[in-house]
Amino acid sequence: MQASATVMHAAVQVSSQVVPARAQMATTLGFHIILACLGIAFPSIVLLAEFIGLRRNNETALLLARRWSQAMGVLIAVGAVTGTVLSFEMGLLWPGLMRQYGAVLGFPFAIEGLFFFLEAIFAGVYLWGWQRLSGWAHFWSGMPIAVSGIFGAMSVIAVNSWMNQPGGFTESGGKITAVNPWQVFFNHAAIYEMPHMILAAYMVAGFLVAGVYAVGILRGRRDRYHYTGFAIGFVPAAILTPFQIFVGDTAARSIASDQPVKFAAMEYVAQTSRQVPEWIAGVYVNGKVYAGIKIPYLDSLLVGFGPGTKVIGWDTVPPADRPPVVWLIHLAFDVMVGIGTLLLLWGLWAAYEWWRRRRLPPQRPFWWAGAISGLAAIVAMECGWVVTEVGRQPWVVYQILPTADAATTNGGVVTTLTLIIILYAVLGVATIAILRLLSRRWRRGDTEEAVPYGPSPTQAGTGDHRDADVDRAGL
Amino acid sequence: MAYDTVGAILLAGITLYAVLGGADFGGGLWDLLAGNTAQGRAPRALIDESITPVWEANHVWLVFNLVIFWTAFPHAFAAVMSALALPLWLALAGIVLRGAGFAFRKELSTLSMQRAAGATFAFSSLVTPFFMGTVVGAIATGAVPADASRASLAAWTSPTSLLAGFLFVAACGYLAAVYLVGEATRRGNRAMRAYFARRAQAAAIVAGALSLAALLELQNSDKFLFDRLTGRSLPFVVVAGVCGLVVFALLAIGRPIGIRIIAALGVAAVVWGWGVAQYPVLLPGTAVTLSSAGAPQDTVVAVIVVFVAAVLLVGPSFALLYALQGRRMLGGGEHGALAAVPASLQAPPGAGRPRREPAERERAGPAAHTAALGVVTIAAVIRRMRQR
Repeated sequence: MQASATVMHAAVQVSSQVVPARAQMATTLGFHIILACLGIAFPSIVLLAEFIGLRRNNETALLLARRWSQAMGVLIAVGAVTGTVLSFEMGLLWPGLMRQYGAVLGFPFAIEGLFFFLEAIFAGVYLWGWQRLSGWAHFWSGMPIAVSGIFGAMSVIAVNSWMNQPGGFTESGGKITAVNPWQVFFNHAAIYEMPHMILAAYMVAGFLVAGVYAVGILRGRRDRYHYTGFAIGFVPAAILTPFQIFVGDTAARSIASDQPVKFAAMEYVAQTSRQVPEWIAGVYVNGKVYAGIKIPYLDSLLVGFGPGTKVIGWDTVPPADRPPVVWLIHLAFDVMVGIGTLLLLWGLWAAYEWWRRRRLPPQRPFWWAGAISGLAAIVAMECGWVVTEVGRQPWVVYQILPTADAATTNGGVVTTLTLIIILYAVLGVATIAILRLLSRRWRRGDTEEAVPYGPSPTQAGTGDHRDADVDRAGL
Repeated sequence: MAYDTVGAILLAGITLYAVLGGADFGGGLWDLLAGNTAQGRAPRALIDESITPVWEANHVWLVFNLVIFWTAFPHAFAAVMSALALPLWLALAGIVLRGAGFAFRKELSTLSMQRAAGATFAFSSLVTPFFMGTVVGAIATGAVPADASRASLAAWTSPTSLLAGFLFVAACGYLAAVYLVGEATRRGNRAMRAYFARRAQAAAIVAGALSLAALLELQNSDKFLFDRLTGRSLPFVVVAGVCGLVVFALLAIGRPIGIRIIAALGVAAVVWGWGVAQYPVLLPGTAVTLSSAGAPQDTVVAVIVVFVAAVLLVGPSFALLYALQGRRMLGGGEHGALAAVPASLQAPPGAGRPRREPAERERAGPAAHTAALGVVTIAAVIRRMRQR
């Protein structure tokens, strides 16, 4: 009944800004989530390298940890500001959501703020403490970053999962009268969304790190340094991949019962029925699936472990309450599952080779896969967000608040969207350029050590032209 | 009671953001005004070294304040975000460019790129506090209606709002200069101590003048707020004024002892003077008070619990960060890939020696010039506004 009240309300003032506002939120979240993954998981990988370095007196691992923490400094800074953009956008783009439910969904964000503090404080200590803090003291100063990354992620995902499975509050006469913080935080969807995203973060970060060194190995830099760098990223991510697939499978089954319309869009279930087939790929247009592979009974089997399982279709809700562009949701879901499966097979390849021959596969295809594994993990993770966010439409709070009702009524979102796309393009290019610059500088350092008579890179960088007297104010 | 507590928590968060995060913006302001590459090398190196390990942690206060605002006072939050969308977008752009510019400058190796990143950092350090100031000015003068759903240009371009914007910039510059005097003293860098002492005094004069101008303006435009500020908030106003004068005097006699705490106290007094003046109303000119801004009691209690947990966890962590920073334990050192300070910003040998002092003294001009020019411009703006 709450839903119908808000739907009527929506009819009164549907914002024309809802589409650009959604596009802007998608752009900024899609950009930030990559940095968020690195913020959540990269510190653990750096700490793992430092741990190996300290424990086994492994100079290579220690050098990697030092260098990675420099990259981490850049990534955390960009992640901090792009995360702030999202905080502002909660109010600037979705005042309707915050006005009505800020008191409910705000609380997990407050917990996130706490962990964000710990993360930023200890990042200040860890990143800049390399020189003057002793080995293990420095290692432990990084632990709070890794721990608060996980808890911070849980808090933010608590909000997103609450939007999928809202609960823990009482609303009467359009006003929130009571809130149960525990039920808000540990809502029905949080149980699977939290591990799904945290594992995704570790896979993205691990495979990205591995990918950097796989490229180096492909280019012939087959040294201890590159193999160590590859392994420290690859091993944790590959070990977590099967767990991720298990969590994802459980999540899909929960969505089939909790958000059946979203699930119907994911699997092209137009009519509620039994013996539902599974569609692999394919585009749904006007009741027909083109270019898809149909596997009979499989969807019913996956949902309820029997071909007779009834799967709810999108015909159970009126057309206005169905998500738009079902083919996007379905294809995004398939791409995510497909990449996850390939990453699993790739990890098994390495596991087999290690089991039989105690080495990593020497075949070039293995390393080619390594080179793109990080990007593949990012694509899978972004697809997952497309599934959950587009699949929840037309609701911002599932079956309670329509997205159109939440969007700002201020004009000009197209302008901010355009500017933000330009700004983020520059930011993205600059971040990648800087990371490449760092890697080039490190490599020059390597060659400097190997070839003592080579020109010193530090001298080249601090030459006389530095004193060029150009007025800064003129910029 | 619970609502008053959350109000106090929000005000405390704003205070901490102002005195910690504000100083980081002020550092960017002095970076902007530090002159050409050669002249600006020593001050920029000190600014960079002082901000680097702490700016992200200080920045979190902003996010924390936003979260407390939308959780405990969602109706007021939605109204503010709708009515003041433009200055908030602009402040946000400044925040992104400031952080990215600062982080990138460190890692870039060519001078021109470093300069571009540095200019981005420095310029957006100026822009951000200005627009934040206009937002606070607009809220304080009751320009945000309770049911705002449309952005309003008039709300944040009133003389008081613009004055608040300039005041924020001046206050950030003042705090940064005072803190940098402390940083220079700790490093035994007398040239930089004198350099930032002069700038702190100039900023103090500008900030003081702007505060007085804002009070005068309020006497005409917002009698209610003026009466409150000179009534129940008078103790805070007096403390703010006294702190400013004490810092100025200590700098003038060359004994900058305890000035960082006194300066922070002065700025905190301004924030609390504002909060107390409009208590218990959240959006002046409307019926939206601390307890009627849309959150039930449960939420407010949850926020207080989280805040207590945050104080217990974050407080000691901050103490550790600042203690390590104070003992100069945080910094990349001088060599190789892990240099914390960009090579172009590293102080040339001898920068810290007294023999450079005469040269520095000759450059006292620009700061005073800037200060004087700022006051004149602002005065002219106010006169124009009055005439309209």
